[in-house]
Amino acid sequence: MKVKTLLLGAAASFALAPAAMAERGSDGHVNIIYWQAPSIMNPYLSGGTKDIEASSLVIEPLARYDETGALVPWLAESIPTVNNGGVSEDLTTITWKLKEGLKWSDGTALTANDAKFTADYCMHPEGGCASASFFEGVESVEAIDDLTLKITFDSPKPNPYNVLVGAQSPIIQAAQFADCLGAKAPECTDANFNPIGTGPFVVDEFKPNDVISLSANPNYRDPAKPAFATMTFKGGGDAVSAARAVFETGEMDYAWNLQLAPDVIANMEEGGMGKAIVGFGPLVERLEMNLTDPSPDLPADVRSTRKAPHPFLSDMDVRKALSMAIDRELLVEVGYGQAGKVTCDLVPAPDNYAAKNDYCVGQDIEGANALLDEAGWVDSDGDGIRDKDGVKLSILYQTSTNAVRQDFQALIKQWWGEIGVETELRNLDASVFFGGDPGSPDTFQKFYADVEMYANTFAGTDPQQYLAAYRCGNEPKPESQWQGENINRFCNEEYDALLDEFAQTGDIEKRGEIAIELNNMLTKDSYTIVPLVHRGRVSGQSNTLGGHALNVWDSELWDAADWYRIEE
Amino acid sequence: MTDEIQAIEALQDNAPLKPHRSHSAEVWLQFRQHKGALIGGAFIIFITLFVLIGPWIWQVDPGKLDIRAKDYRPIYTAIWDSEARVSWAHPLGSDQLGRDGLANMIYGGRTSMAVGWAAMLLALFLGASVGVLAGYFKRLDGPLMRATDLFLSLPILPLMLVAVTLFRQPLRTMFDSPEAGMFILIVGVIGITSWMHTARIVRGDILALKEREFVLAARSAGTRSRGIIMRHLLPNVISPIVVSATFGLATAIITESSLSFLGVGFPSDFPTWGKMLADAVPRMTEYPERVMLPGIAISLTVLAVNFLGDGLRDALDLRIRGR
Repeated sequence: MKVKTLLLGAAASFALAPAAMAERGSDGHVNIIYWQAPSIMNPYLSGGTKDIEASSLVIEPLARYDETGALVPWLAESIPTVNNGGVSEDLTTITWKLKEGLKWSDGTALTANDAKFTADYCMHPEGGCASASFFEGVESVEAIDDLTLKITFDSPKPNPYNVLVGAQSPIIQAAQFADCLGAKAPECTDANFNPIGTGPFVVDEFKPNDVISLSANPNYRDPAKPAFATMTFKGGGDAVSAARAVFETGEMDYAWNLQLAPDVIANMEEGGMGKAIVGFGPLVERLEMNLTDPSPDLPADVRSTRKAPHPFLSDMDVRKALSMAIDRELLVEVGYGQAGKVTCDLVPAPDNYAAKNDYCVGQDIEGANALLDEAGWVDSDGDGIRDKDGVKLSILYQTSTNAVRQDFQALIKQWWGEIGVETELRNLDASVFFGGDPGSPDTFQKFYADVEMYANTFAGTDPQQYLAAYRCGNEPKPESQWQGENINRFCNEEYDALLDEFAQTGDIEKRGEIAIELNNMLTKDSYTIVPLVHRGRVSGQSNTLGGHALNVWDSELWDAADWYRIEE
Repeated sequence: MTDEIQAIEALQDNAPLKPHRSHSAEVWLQFRQHKGALIGGAFIIFITLFVLIGPWIWQVDPGKLDIRAKDYRPIYTAIWDSEARVSWAHPLGSDQLGRDGLANMIYGGRTSMAVGWAAMLLALFLGASVGVLAGYFKRLDGPLMRATDLFLSLPILPLMLVAVTLFRQPLRTMFDSPEAGMFILIVGVIGITSWMHTARIVRGDILALKEREFVLAARSAGTRSRGIIMRHLLPNVISPIVVSATFGLATAIITESSLSFLGVGFPSDFPTWGKMLADAVPRMTEYPERVMLPGIAISLTVLAVNFLGDGLRDALDLRIRGR
């Protein structure tokens, strides 16, 4: 028995040996391709995912979300909670403890002062910080001692884990950025391109909008990591060529965000050099119903604003019928394959906040027809299109230019045709559609259409801000330069009251219940938002790259320190 | 007496050496010599009939989705691949949503040809007019050529995007259908932004021609400017005009497809050759025919117009006739 245990122990230690014996820089070079090229290595000056993720290789936050959406301590010793005393009983302060012995890549020590400086940097009134929303409600940030950081909020924060948590708000070095506060921030080119960090890699050369050369950080806290000595981070091209580079030619080890039709990806995977990996965050492809009238005959300050209700989409039966006519299983099959799931929810993840509705599963053309008949929408003039009181069910349906979205448009147009609804399709260049230019009539905020389709998601794991977008008054309108997140112009007093309650609630289970209720008010009970597909994020990973778990809650490169080369 | 009559008859030319031929017959004779032009002309007639009469013969709705019948290969694939998924119901295959390939080729060709021809004719008319006027009338030369420079210096694609943004909605309401409004807009925008090269070439030729002896002779005989332009100058610049026309047709078809690609052209479910091509690119390796068929159709049409233009130039040019 004893011998057997010993033998087993020996065998186990042999099996573990390669991992234990791995040393920094032993696995050579790794290539990453992002088909959108990073233009800066400072996430505080750019909201672009590409910039945030590239900089996450170098600079790190106090805590991160792991691949399951759970918060894990990163530069901090542990996650402060009310139970361990890190968060005060009244939810107004949070106290972080830093790990001991952390060093910047230049060899100096990381202190709580750097964290305090980072907060000052982003909260500077002249700064124009891209992550400013993460620091909302922060009253003060103090460094109690070298390793202790105390953040005080101006009101109770049920979710205090926004400040200096996640890829959007990492800690930067006070010494390096000392002269870059406020309006001077964008002028510090050297610091913005070559930040000194605590992460596994340091920047050797940064070519904006092209390529970044990195090498292993000699002062990284784990002496055995990262396994790669150097890294090339290539930017630019398009999703198709990025996918080819990983799956077919093997030039690249990792490709980010490959939104391609499932048959296209499956076909490329036959190249045998890599595989597609999928992770599900809260990203939902949805139809947004315009509750206001987008008619071009209306004056500019009335069109698509709450002053003019929509002639037929303000009728809930119409919205419901439009949703019932859609075959979501088919949409998933055509557009996303394994990277999509049918969903009826606005918040499909994380688990605690997901309503898991199934009211929209299965197409019901007959039911939709019956519903419209009952509501008085009948084809009275025999042109094949339902009408009521001279108003025709004729829809302008817009989205961004993307092969999968155009396929969806064609399918949905056909189904709506079957229930007597006429549809005109329109697709707009993504940079215009999502550009937010208040002068353009074609932005998704202006919503000069009846129905529009796009995908949206929220950062982190808490949907409070995301659901608060649908507060009455938060809609894009001329007075707000067409900025605002309440795209549907949804307005419901009960909803707003529940939102207020949500913001006061700290208990995680209770929060889940409220979030589900809010979700249902927008979807199941009102069909204001018609969810279609819960979309996963697809990335490409080489067969020889190991140690990676696709993370949709934080930077995709969050575990770059653990990456290693699988020997063939 | 009889001798006298015989003598007079002998003076008569009762058997002409060569039958008299009209101008158009001359042109036709010369045109027939050019084999390429004949084939090109025949192809253009064929493709025009294909897109005009096609829908009566092949009565399939190009927009109809039939997801069960998706991804059929063209029928000819069966020749080398007996396991290919083919069906006589879709002789040119079907796309990823089960839309019939042949019907899309027919309807797409209709739009592409109509846009191409209309925009080309508009550009040709504008370019030739500006070129002739600027070349012939000295006082118009400066302003017209500066206007040409101005148009040349405009970035065309952004200009089109602005025009589409501004005029899409009014035109759509005016014609009560997104397609008709869009057609006018696209033809107008392409026509207005692509006449400049024709104008410059024509002006250059006119400048040289108007100093030639036959023009001077016509002028000294009292011919008015209008007569000189129509009878003496225009027929002599027909060859550069025809050459730019052939380029114009090709550019118009391709510009239309890039507009559709950017999402400012026709609605996404309205087929055109250019858009079929752009849509098929991601699946190019798997279903090459979806790129090849519209691509070949565009290329052949452009090539045919080129040959036709070449033949027409030879036939219309008096200097090389009969050689």
